[in-house]
Amino acid sequence: MAIRERFSGNEAVALAIKQINPDVMPAFPITPSTEIPQYVANYIANGKMDTEFIPVESEHSSMSATVGASAAGARALTATSSCGMALMWEELYVAASNRLPLALALVNRALSGPININCDHSDSMGARDTGWLQIYAESNQEAYDNMIQAFRISEHKDVMLPIMICQDGFITSHAVMNIELLEDNVVKDFVGEYEPEHYLLDSAQPIAIGPYAVSNYYMETKMGQRTAMKNAKQVILDVAKEFEAISGRHYGFFEEYQLEDAEYAVLIIGSAAGTCKDAIDQLRAQGKKVGLLKLRVFRPFPAEEIAAAVAHVKALAIMDRSDSFSGNGGPLGAEVSQALYNAHSDVKTVNYIYGLGGRDIRVEDFEDIYSRLERIAETGEVTDQFDYIGLRK
Amino acid sequence: MATKYNFKEVMNKPERLAPGHRMCAGCGGTIAVRAVLRALHEGDHAVIGNATGCLEVSTFMYPYTAYEDSYIHNAFENAGATLSGVETAYHVLKKKGKINDTYKFITFGGDGGTYDIGFQSLSGAMERGHDLVYVCYDNGAYMNTGIQRSSATPRYADTTTTPVGSESVGKLQGRKDLAAIIAAHNVAYVGQTTLLGNFKDIHTKAETAIYTPGPAFLNVMAPCPRGWRYETDEIMDICKLAVETCYWPLFEVIEGRWILNYEPKKKLPIEDFLKKQGRFKHLFKPGNEHLIAQFQEEVDRRWEDLQYNCSRA
Repeated sequence: MAIRERFSGNEAVALAIKQINPDVMPAFPITPSTEIPQYVANYIANGKMDTEFIPVESEHSSMSATVGASAAGARALTATSSCGMALMWEELYVAASNRLPLALALVNRALSGPININCDHSDSMGARDTGWLQIYAESNQEAYDNMIQAFRISEHKDVMLPIMICQDGFITSHAVMNIELLEDNVVKDFVGEYEPEHYLLDSAQPIAIGPYAVSNYYMETKMGQRTAMKNAKQVILDVAKEFEAISGRHYGFFEEYQLEDAEYAVLIIGSAAGTCKDAIDQLRAQGKKVGLLKLRVFRPFPAEEIAAAVAHVKALAIMDRSDSFSGNGGPLGAEVSQALYNAHSDVKTVNYIYGLGGRDIRVEDFEDIYSRLERIAETGEVTDQFDYIGLRK
Repeated sequence: MATKYNFKEVMNKPERLAPGHRMCAGCGGTIAVRAVLRALHEGDHAVIGNATGCLEVSTFMYPYTAYEDSYIHNAFENAGATLSGVETAYHVLKKKGKINDTYKFITFGGDGGTYDIGFQSLSGAMERGHDLVYVCYDNGAYMNTGIQRSSATPRYADTTTTPVGSESVGKLQGRKDLAAIIAAHNVAYVGQTTLLGNFKDIHTKAETAIYTPGPAFLNVMAPCPRGWRYETDEIMDICKLAVETCYWPLFEVIEGRWILNYEPKKKLPIEDFLKKQGRFKHLFKPGNEHLIAQFQEEVDRRWEDLQYNCSRA
């Protein structure tokens, strides 16, 4: 029996963690993810879960201790945002290259400077090459559902990679929404017990982790990570299918909204997809053929699948909530463009940056974006390949 | 806590750091590691942690490891936090009945990974009260990267970032007193030792540190022939002189109580310790007598401070 509740995104993720009941959670507070370790500490203080919480003295130490706990054979995770993740940077690579299936509940927030506590994706997008799986959420429901699926994906023998479960700071982390929760025992059965193959505390087979590997071995470890990332694609779909069986909620690499017959499409990650859907509903009522591809899985990057899903549109706006400062658009723009190029697609694209540091994006902004796409399709000219949406005049 | 020391018995224990690693001849760090690991009781398992440094790159070069026990190297600055995670995992898995064995947790770091870049991580691990031993093999500079000064480098030492030159007499600052700083964390056990005689001091302190519940810190002076510039067979003499000059006193802090373990009958002048080392060669040039006098003053002052701390018991 599903449970209907009203939860913020942080509460929802914390509840998922309670239901998973991992072994170890080190964490250090940072807005807007602070509530997650607070809720977990509260659950522990009241005997609702038997996870050991480590109140570390920094985010570098929270990821270092998570690495240590995972290497020891425990199911381990942490939570952070923004500069907290930036401080973990070195450890993100260590976790991935050691093939540790730990998890990070990331609440996306802009990186300093100027210091800003609100949402954008510069933290996780900056970490896109660290070798982590990355799954994003539009809503509190999706953040909860993704968290429940996390360890099934990361701990799969064909994967064994760390996983980042991302949600938008404040927009979903603090806003309270209706949510459908699974029962504790359903989650417990779905997630299962963690049974590591090699771990430090296995007295029958001691192991050394974190070697010095010079040039005659280093490259093979990277190839191993690449193979695991490719393997993750099928595992993510398989786990989503099993999750659908217990929840009734369907997940894939992305969600298509009115995309099938769309002439003009937006490709976006996270909570702004909801606003875009409202714009689509209004424009469809006016007879405009507009649609959306909301990307859920950014790592591994489903390049062929994206190219196929948007192959029929006349023009596509790729929306980035972080800038690469390359002079050549944002990270999502670059990767989607490459996917389209490799698929020999002739879809016209633009790449717009929006919502940095929590700047709102409104229904009218999406209406404007769709009218820009229409103009591009009509004239065949792209005059604003890279643009910022919603800048102060 | 500690069992009675029997030199022959201790030295005949199976090595837990296998030969064949790539540490230098005459390296104090390796001797310190072997001495500490000998204090583990037979039958007890251990997870050995290690900050990045000479020890790590020379003992765990893929695909070989010199450790008989499980071992984890994570990064330079986080040996304390990493072992915190391992130790916490142990308690959870034991509580859940997933493992039955007894494990001890010992991590090694050089003074770079301990006094400097790993200082915060170490402080956090000590303050939180994890049941682990952090062993600093203190060779007084960043030796792995090529003898740069650290906050453990003694005053006037010639290092590659405090080079002696026409306008420089080496490092201008004195050593950070890390053992006292960790003692101020009110941990279960702090011991300062080095490589001496029949190894009773280091063995007893390591055993106490490992088998005292709660966080423990060992500061082991571990000379480096490359950085200190001595002949490799002189290491034991240098360690002895460090103690006899009171440059490196032997002491323990047990739950806040300071205990002096050795008082030389006749405190030797600091020149005896300095003159064996190439890094202090410039101090013996005519006209630099005042620098040695200053060095001696600092040693005397610190020795008096230590005696005062130990007298308050």
